[in-house]
Amino acid sequence: MLIVVYCSKFLATPTLQSKSEFITEGYRNMARIGWLGGGSRNARKIARQGLDSLPDGLWTKCPKCGEILFNKELEKNLRVCMKCGYHFKLGAFERIEITVDPGSFKEFATHIKTSNPLDFPDYDAKIAKGRSTSGLDESLIVGDATIGGIPVIIGVSDFGFMGGSMGSVMGEKVVLAIERAIETKRPLIMFCTSGGARMQEGILSLMQMAKTCAAVAKLNEAGLLYITVLTDPTTAGVHASYASVGDVIIAEPGALIGFAGERVAQQAGVINRPPNFQKAEFQLEHGMVDMVIPRREIRTTIIKLLEFCCGKEGV
Amino acid sequence: MSGNPLNILDFEKPIAELDAQIEEIKRLAAEADEDRSEEIASLEKHRDRLIEQIFSNLTEWDQTLLARHPKRPYTLDFIRLMFDDYVELHGDRLFADDKAMIGGIGVIGNKNVVFVGQQKGRDLKERQFRNFGSAKPEGYRKALRLMKLAEKFDKPVICFVDTPAADCSVGAEERGISEAIARNLMEMSRLRTPIIIVVLGEGGSGGALGIGVGDKVLMLEHAVYSVIPPEGCAAILFRDPSRKAEAAAALKLTSQHALQFGVVDEVIPEPLGGAHRNVEAAAKTLKSAILRNIDELLGFNKEELIERRYQKLRSMGQFVVEEP
Repeated sequence: MLIVVYCSKFLATPTLQSKSEFITEGYRNMARIGWLGGGSRNARKIARQGLDSLPDGLWTKCPKCGEILFNKELEKNLRVCMKCGYHFKLGAFERIEITVDPGSFKEFATHIKTSNPLDFPDYDAKIAKGRSTSGLDESLIVGDATIGGIPVIIGVSDFGFMGGSMGSVMGEKVVLAIERAIETKRPLIMFCTSGGARMQEGILSLMQMAKTCAAVAKLNEAGLLYITVLTDPTTAGVHASYASVGDVIIAEPGALIGFAGERVAQQAGVINRPPNFQKAEFQLEHGMVDMVIPRREIRTTIIKLLEFCCGKEGV
Repeated sequence: MSGNPLNILDFEKPIAELDAQIEEIKRLAAEADEDRSEEIASLEKHRDRLIEQIFSNLTEWDQTLLARHPKRPYTLDFIRLMFDDYVELHGDRLFADDKAMIGGIGVIGNKNVVFVGQQKGRDLKERQFRNFGSAKPEGYRKALRLMKLAEKFDKPVICFVDTPAADCSVGAEERGISEAIARNLMEMSRLRTPIIIVVLGEGGSGGALGIGVGDKVLMLEHAVYSVIPPEGCAAILFRDPSRKAEAAAALKLTSQHALQFGVVDEVIPEPLGGAHRNVEAAAKTLKSAILRNIDELLGFNKEELIERRYQKLRSMGQFVVEEP
């Protein structure tokens, strides 16, 4: 079992992170000894008193089971709830940190920037906000890396940038990643999280679905391995394009995965939904993903797949 | 063009009133055996000027309503008028026959082609039968099966797009609607035979694109093509579906915009007042455009064809490239 030590600068959500900087070291120690010493009983007591009284940046409440989780512990557990196994969303660089060999990631295609082709109202402001909340230029970063020593091309999207939505830049970056994979004869791994196509780029974002899939078809002709990892959430335009045509499709437990995004499904009034509708486990049950595996095992699984498809025979 | 007032859009009402007047005069003239042709001609001229005036000021939302017009000709209407002969083929060989997605082989001009397309229904019963033109995974897989048939026999493919969206029911999710669409996008990009796409009415998002990847994309003048319906966009963006007109304008979903963005290659002009006012004329114009494009595409060898298609898809999108 592989445990990757977390790099602390990529922890927690940006707002919590900034506030936590104000917490003094002494206060931290008190928290460690006093609160953690009391175990979860104290945590529950605090939960009863209400989260508002908790200092930001130290604790996170699990949205699934309600458990109050100490951030440091949560980080060590790859942002997976220690009690119920709920998988918190990861930022793009956090994901890279726990997936690739340390220091091996080199980003490319950084010269492509978002424009506002439709002059869509408030789009520029949303891009600016996306940049400040995610710390990224766009919802996808692509780069060279090695995983288990094997050179790969990797792409990781970030839900924090406009819900990981796919506009012209994401489409172009996916294609550049694929073209680089073909050029360097390396496998491609795409970590997906996206609400779908980016409305603000209208029909142009719809066309990114065709553009990315056309490139995947070329990748297939080149005989290269393509792995997609569907994380919470992967829906709509991204799910109905490059995310669904991997040679191997991995999903994280509990991830929302489906065609109609949550709000679209609500509007369309989809009826008789089973309890696990559009969850990773639902997609597994219906044969749409190869496996649902916990975050901790994804890197080792990818290494196995890489070794099988790209490594020496019988190794 | 009188008829059920429910089938007349608000901005069409003044036109419908003049139509009714003209019909009435024609009827009276016939009853009394009078020659009132001058009066009729003058009224018709007046009506046509009115249509021109109204249609030169249509908003994006008006265009959306026209694309969804209950009298608008649907896929099979066009096929019956344009094709000399055709045979429908059914089923995806995996699960079912999707009634929202039709397909088959046919003869148009002197060309044997394979056609697929979404089909809407005219009345409530038929609409339900056709699932309102929303195809399920089996529809996209049926379309792909027929396209592979076209590839095998080296026949061009014509895809008729007219759908509000792909079906998003529990069943569609269970059978992998996303996978079905994504697979089509991938396969269509490499299909070794010419593909012509015609957006007839509603080009509804991924559901439309699922049969929308080709060498030439034609779009009827009053059709719309959008990443999301205006109602959905308004619901998400403004948290208020009633601001759909605003959303439609922002989405720039008309044929002229699609042409400007390079998403379609050709806008097919419709008869004055929209295709539904003269279905035969609309079909005639479309037929000649389809035949002209087939001829052009048959001039390329397979490798050229596929490479051109890829480069076309590759160039989709707009962004800023900064110097490193």
